Amino acid sequence: MLSRVANSMYWMNRYIERAENVARFIDANFHMALDLTDSASNQWKPLINTTGDHELFEKLYGEVTRDNAIEFLTFDRNNPNSIHSCVRAARENARSVREYISSEMWEHLNTFYLMINSAAKEESMDLPHQFFVDIMTASHTFIGITDSTSNHGEGWHFGRLGRMLERADKTSRLLDVKYFILLPSVDYIGSSYDNILWGALLRSASAFEMYRKQHGRIDPKKIVDFLLLNSHFPRAVHYCLAKAMSSLNHITGSQRGTFANQAEQSLGRLLSEFEYASLDEIFEQGLHEHLDNTQTRINGVGAAIQKAFFNPQLVEVATQSQSTE
Amino acid sequence: MRFDGYKTEGFYDELFDPQGNPRQGADLLIKRINGLPETELQRRQKAAERALLNLGITFNVYSDEDQSEKIFPFDIVPRIIQAKEWAALERGLKQRISALNSFIDDVYNDQKILKDGIVPTELVLSADGFRKPCIGLKPPCGIWCHITGTDLVRGGDGQYYVLEDNLRCPSGVSYVLENRLIMKRTFPMVFDACSVQPVTDYPNHLLDMLQDLAPQGMRAPVVVVWTPGIFNSAYFEHSFLAQQMGVPLVEGGDLVVHRGEVMMRTTKGLERVDVIYRRIDDDFMDPKVFREDSMLGVPGLMAVYRNGRVALANAPGTGVADDKAVYAYVPEIIRYYLGEEPIINNVPTYACWRDEDRQYVLENLDKLVVKAVNESGGYGMLVGPHSTKEEQAEFAKRIKANPRTYIAQPTLALSRVPVLMDDHFEGRHVDLRPYILYGKDKISVMPGGLTRVALKKGSLVVNSSQGGGSKDTWVLNSAGGTSPESSIPAGEGL
Repeated sequence: MLSRVANSMYWMNRYIERAENVARFIDANFHMALDLTDSASNQWKPLINTTGDHELFEKLYGEVTRDNAIEFLTFDRNNPNSIHSCVRAARENARSVREYISSEMWEHLNTFYLMINSAAKEESMDLPHQFFVDIMTASHTFIGITDSTSNHGEGWHFGRLGRMLERADKTSRLLDVKYFILLPSVDYIGSSYDNILWGALLRSASAFEMYRKQHGRIDPKKIVDFLLLNSHFPRAVHYCLAKAMSSLNHITGSQRGTFANQAEQSLGRLLSEFEYASLDEIFEQGLHEHLDNTQTRINGVGAAIQKAFFNPQLVEVATQSQSTE
Repeated sequence: MRFDGYKTEGFYDELFDPQGNPRQGADLLIKRINGLPETELQRRQKAAERALLNLGITFNVYSDEDQSEKIFPFDIVPRIIQAKEWAALERGLKQRISALNSFIDDVYNDQKILKDGIVPTELVLSADGFRKPCIGLKPPCGIWCHITGTDLVRGGDGQYYVLEDNLRCPSGVSYVLENRLIMKRTFPMVFDACSVQPVTDYPNHLLDMLQDLAPQGMRAPVVVVWTPGIFNSAYFEHSFLAQQMGVPLVEGGDLVVHRGEVMMRTTKGLERVDVIYRRIDDDFMDPKVFREDSMLGVPGLMAVYRNGRVALANAPGTGVADDKAVYAYVPEIIRYYLGEEPIINNVPTYACWRDEDRQYVLENLDKLVVKAVNESGGYGMLVGPHSTKEEQAEFAKRIKANPRTYIAQPTLALSRVPVLMDDHFEGRHVDLRPYILYGKDKISVMPGGLTRVALKKGSLVVNSSQGGGSKDTWVLNSAGGTSPESSIPAGEGL
């Protein structure tokens, strides 16, 4: 497929995934804050940190309040990672590959964009919970439509690769920021206060119900284990890397365990570390160091993908055989 | 809502005769609309507009930075053309395209028509669309204008005239297909009862025609649509056609000339391209041959084309035949190559480079439509009866300074079609752009085409960039019966 089209498929999916994550972060934080009126305001700053855009925020707004945090993360066009910016970018990517994706995908994404666009024009900041639920649902619907209306060929795999790398990155950031804020409250384990905070962390990753089913009681270490190393939970870093790897193997045609380019090599290495990791070792190394290292390496995989597929050198396709001459 | 108060106001109306009775073929539609519950039509119009917005059927406006995407306004009342009338138009269009193609081939090769003095040589060689690098080109099968969108208008006398031959990259066909889709959703029963000729197979015909152009020996030719990019005003159409044909949409940056072939950059390396349906002007295709500053082009493309290693549709240089000055000679061109009288006439045209014509034009600026020969899209135009004294003086000055670049035509009382305006119908002027495919074995005309409508009251300018909209165009089957595109059993209500 065309490199430009592959690039757009990859970024279209990354941006939608990003928008969904931001929406979930806001929603979970909002509801947690309602339960904890006194300490509510200081929960918004860590949220900005989760997205990695705290420097831009400081420049634009200064002090963090609930309202300016939500504005910044939801509608601010100056923030390239606000929900509005992400969905606009996803839609621009879709527009540039409209002939490649299915009409259903395009129509859904366009309607999604128009919905956010019209919400952005409304004066009132009184955003209902439903608005964020709609965004998450729109993202899920997009994945469903993609899966059931387009070929699961190269383009689909580029899309899933983008989505999975984005999700792995966001889950690891969420854990990184929230874990260390919540850690002091380890003393209160079992208190309702504690359950609310850790529960909110799980909800931010849509993991509350699935965690409960697996581990029952709230336990910080088990939460880390679940969000990092679980291989069945679709937002766990390990799961995301495994799916990303499988897509990359489909794209290159490499057997699992072999590699055709640097992207495949570095992703494969990262994945095997997750496959053979243990929680104790991670805490020994330091959770923050481990998460930080993971994010850096995911970024490296992204850059290698860019180099291998989107800006390729001039090499003829070896299997070209259309000419009968 | 009913047509009761509707007035034709002395214009030729496509749906009503001068007495206000529905024309033959339109009666069923009128009856059905009259029978709709109050406000139902408005509701359907709104639903159709919303569907267009959600489908993203939009065009970009260059001058309008903030709101750069707009839906092309759509009116729900279709225009109806009867089978017999259409058959004559179809013959006329085939005749005209066939002659124009011969003309282009001749101009870039033997130049017989110039040597015989039928069309003035200097006029052709100075035409804006004339491309010197095309001299001596031999496109596959001798076909230059593979895709044409001829603009037709109907005057007060009920006759059709050719207003413009768009031989370069005519746009709008995607709106025809999408309008039809929307109409079938909006008026399934009426559509079915009216027995309308189908347009939806256009992308198939287009793909067949393009594949036939591939260089000899290609088993599965790779066809692509080439767009200038997402900021182009017709981007929606480029991507729509690529999608409907199931072929890649490429931008200049995706293509490269490598070892004498045109290749596209893929995730697995370079892949050969055999046929390019290009929706980019000649000037921007190849900076080595045309404009050097083109950032959109593919250096070396023309050399590959000249060697027959890639096919282009349309061929470069076709613009020479849709120059508005050359237009004045099309009737002679038809007689010269085909030995036939034109079936569809030109609008009477005054050529300002002829002294006599210029004199007449300058004396009658308030009655004529003056057009710059190298402008399109409704720009560079003076509509005499709607102009001020200052504008007329300005055009007089321009004409005297550059007579070669102006033609003038009488202001036609363009035919009208009812348009839904809030709670009633009003007549608005329309034109018609059918699409013609010139294939290896035959020329085919899409039944119907794009009916553009000047939505501003009294306006004669139908261009989308100037406040125009569109309507679905229904060409009826002569035999009657059900519409081939419809799947709804006849005889049910609306």
